[in-house]
Amino acid sequence: MLTNTFKKTALVTALGAASFVGFSQAQADDYVIDTEGQHAFVQFKINHLGYSYILGNFEEFEGQFHYDPENLEASSVEMEVQVNSLNSNHAERDRHFLSDDFLSAGDYPTATFVSTGFEPTGDNEGVITGDFTLKGETREIEMPVTLVGEGEDPWGSYRAGFEGSTMLTLADFGIDMSDFPEMMEELELYVTFEGVRQ
Amino acid sequence: MWRNTRSGWGLVSIFLHWLSALVIVGLFVLGWWMTDLGYFDAWYNLAPWWHRSIGMLLLFATLLRLCWRFIQPTPAAQGSRLERIAAHLGHTALYVLMLLVMVSGYLISTARGRGISVFDWFEVPALISHLPNQASIAGEVHWYSALALMLLAAGHALAALKHHYLDRHDTLTRMLNPARSRRR
Repeated sequence: MLTNTFKKTALVTALGAASFVGFSQAQADDYVIDTEGQHAFVQFKINHLGYSYILGNFEEFEGQFHYDPENLEASSVEMEVQVNSLNSNHAERDRHFLSDDFLSAGDYPTATFVSTGFEPTGDNEGVITGDFTLKGETREIEMPVTLVGEGEDPWGSYRAGFEGSTMLTLADFGIDMSDFPEMMEELELYVTFEGVRQ
Repeated sequence: MWRNTRSGWGLVSIFLHWLSALVIVGLFVLGWWMTDLGYFDAWYNLAPWWHRSIGMLLLFATLLRLCWRFIQPTPAAQGSRLERIAAHLGHTALYVLMLLVMVSGYLISTARGRGISVFDWFEVPALISHLPNQASIAGEVHWYSALALMLLAAGHALAALKHHYLDRHDTLTRMLNPARSRRR
């Protein structure tokens, strides 16, 4: 039986759609993060004055990863986030976050993560290392990640999904938090996504 | 041949009319069927992808059709004065409902600012989004206007058959044969 993905791809090819995002060198272990069905989230959490937390997320991003259970050391991931898509359920606060007081999103509209290494630490667990670029500053960061699950989906594709989080020190990325209480100087970045195998 | 005259429809209008008829009925059936699919059905994601893609292409075709309708002559209505008035109102309502169905459908998918991918070929951008309760309200409008469009289209078809078989008018044949547009 033809899979749905194949049917769709065949149609797109038939249309001669040059814009279709394809990976010419795609292998069986290459996955594209499912932003079409939006089974993917990039979220942040930062303390507010020591009293509570502000949660927000980035609505627009894309990425792909390589994951082979037989060769975990070769795992890799790349993501690009549109900083202007930040949403913390408060338009004026979002505008402030994006301004030159914090993210300077006009000058630095994208944040990227490109992995440089992966080290398995246990069953379905590991630490991914990579170059994280935010507000024009690139730093090496480590993020512990967990394989949540993988398998066939009901629509003819194969999926694998992960989650991970790490603490970022905002000053490392040129974001001055010295006017705020100390607990606001770092934030937690949480990422979870499903990838569809290509 | 291609253009309309006062006595008949040209090929462009005839083609757009029957294409719309086919696609509209098809999209209605597809929409009805796909909204009942279970999450684990193989067509759960694919059917709406077809529905959205075809719907957007139909919207563009309909806008072209309306332009053509306005710049071209319209064949004279047939029947009594009352029938002609009813026909005119009915046709206007068909166009209004078609646009309402397609625009409301567009507003469902774009309610959160994401554009609509047409066959992964190009994207129709989201022009109006983040209105209060947009997706739900547009969804209600989409369903009821589609239902109304189906009922009116059925009336439209019955009226055409009445013209053809009871009145012996060429109302239906001139929508099938562009040669009628050449007759004076």
